[in-house]
Amino acid sequence: MKQFFTFVKKEFYHVFRDRKTLLMLFGLPIAQIMLFGFALTNEIKDSKIMVVDYANDSASKEIIQKLAASDQFELQKSLMSHREIEAAFKQGIVNLAVVFPANFNSDLLSQNSAQIQVIADASDPNKANSLTNYVNNIVRDYQQERVNESQLPYQIQAEIRMLYNPELKGATNFVPGVMALVLVLVCVLMTSISIVREKENGTMEILLVSPFNPFLVIISKAVPYFVLSLINLTVILLLSIFLMEMPFEGSLLLFYAESSLLIIAALSLGLLISNSTDSQQTAMLLALMGMMIPTMLFTGFMFPIENMPVPLRIISNVVPSKWYYIIVKSIMIKGLGFSAIWKETLVLVGMTAFFLFVSFKKFKIRLA
Amino acid sequence: MKNVVIKTDKLTKKFGDFIATDAITFEVYEGEIFGFLGANGAGKTTAMRMLCGLSIPTSGGATIAGFDIYKEAEKIKANIGYMSQKFSLYEDLTVIENIRFFGGVYGLSDKEIKEKSDDLIDLLGLKEESKKLVGSLPLGWKQKLAFSVAIIHDPKIVFLDEPTGGVDPVTRRQFWDLIYEASNRGITIFVTTHYMDEAEYCNRISMMVDGEMKALDTPTNLKKTYNAASMDEVFFELARGAKRQAD
Repeated sequence: MKQFFTFVKKEFYHVFRDRKTLLMLFGLPIAQIMLFGFALTNEIKDSKIMVVDYANDSASKEIIQKLAASDQFELQKSLMSHREIEAAFKQGIVNLAVVFPANFNSDLLSQNSAQIQVIADASDPNKANSLTNYVNNIVRDYQQERVNESQLPYQIQAEIRMLYNPELKGATNFVPGVMALVLVLVCVLMTSISIVREKENGTMEILLVSPFNPFLVIISKAVPYFVLSLINLTVILLLSIFLMEMPFEGSLLLFYAESSLLIIAALSLGLLISNSTDSQQTAMLLALMGMMIPTMLFTGFMFPIENMPVPLRIISNVVPSKWYYIIVKSIMIKGLGFSAIWKETLVLVGMTAFFLFVSFKKFKIRLA
Repeated sequence: MKNVVIKTDKLTKKFGDFIATDAITFEVYEGEIFGFLGANGAGKTTAMRMLCGLSIPTSGGATIAGFDIYKEAEKIKANIGYMSQKFSLYEDLTVIENIRFFGGVYGLSDKEIKEKSDDLIDLLGLKEESKKLVGSLPLGWKQKLAFSVAIIHDPKIVFLDEPTGGVDPVTRRQFWDLIYEASNRGITIFVTTHYMDEAEYCNRISMMVDGEMKALDTPTNLKKTYNAASMDEVFFELARGAKRQAD
């Protein structure tokens, strides 16, 4: 046991002496949270729009006022003619145009229905979709108000509720994703590199010749990265709660238990990589190509898995972070307990056991 | 009566069709400095790795310090020290941290580690440098430190794989002083080398050619047998028949 602690201590020396890597380890998650939180948000704010108001009556003016007042839009121009619209789109001045026909208000009063035209720049289809939805909501809001005033008996209203994320915040999506990404990155990359480094330096030979149990070598290498990952996870959690105003509804204990599970899975994957190569560069490449990219693609926080073709959806099932992502979302945002996520947990346990088994089986006690 | 500490019996290692070490049989006696010579690719490192338990023989057997290499590998590990071709201390750890780490790995008590590290630092004259990172030391000092660390647990036998590669003659001489000092303490030295002047320092030397052991005797006797003036000539005489290219 004393030998084990000697070894763990030495591993911590390695970690703390390597300032650049340490900085990267802690800087990376913070940078990612900031990036995803502020720069790469998929909420759309202050989109430039213009209106063509042929009606120029009380109803159209009120709607225009509402559009201009909303966070999503910034009223760029009020035009008097239809023809100028295309030119404005081509110049890229606006993303969306709203056209009110003449007699808008009187149509509403007499026929109880009226039309407006919403034209969006669909070269970015997702954005166009969101923007037209925003307009729809605002128009519906207005209708709602009028219904209340006129007290018409039968009116059908559509009510849309955004569950769990009423403000449609992007953070709920990416924070669990960043957690998975950081854990996988730190654990897989760092363990594989630190074991391969010993091989490259020739110290692995010395350790294998010593009476020290080779499996303890591996376990004591994993300890510092396990601790670092938990610290990293806590930093991300605090940032997301206090800076991103993310909810944390569920059990903290369950969250850390599930995270530890992913960490162990990632550590054993790192071990597996270190078994198959003798150079730090190859290990790094394998870890990045083999782990980072699948994690980014198949976790579900960047690209929705449901929209992928079937083969890719099947592949996504073997990516551990996909299951972790589901688990963390359930705990953090929905506040669900273990009973709701036991299936995903079981998958993760199975994967971890498998990786551990294979990597220990493959670990070479001898050189040749 | 000399005590035998290493005894091999037709020890063989094959990699596919390639026979790296071909049925070598020899004995090493307690306390002697045993030189293990041969050209590059002659099979020295392979043989040494089998003796250290880093590599499993294809056939044949050996006992190290009385323990069988197949059945009692763990006991062998506790009784040997090893220094590889590559410099193998942790460069990002200080001198004293390296000593403490390897002391700990070999299961020494805190008290023993304290005594050992004080002695070692005195012996090597590294008092000023003890808190410096090993990576900042000159190669000669690193090698001496690596050797001292390899025998920190007072093993019965220490295996040195080309320990003086790339070191200047003065430092090599100092390194051999350390080897003599260890030998006087009763540690058996098993050393591979390229340098024929170093071969002269050994009590007995063996010559590996193409995986086979072609000669084994004291340097004086070998020179007599091959009617040579120096070990260089002996080596040349023996290695001339080699078919393998150096790697």
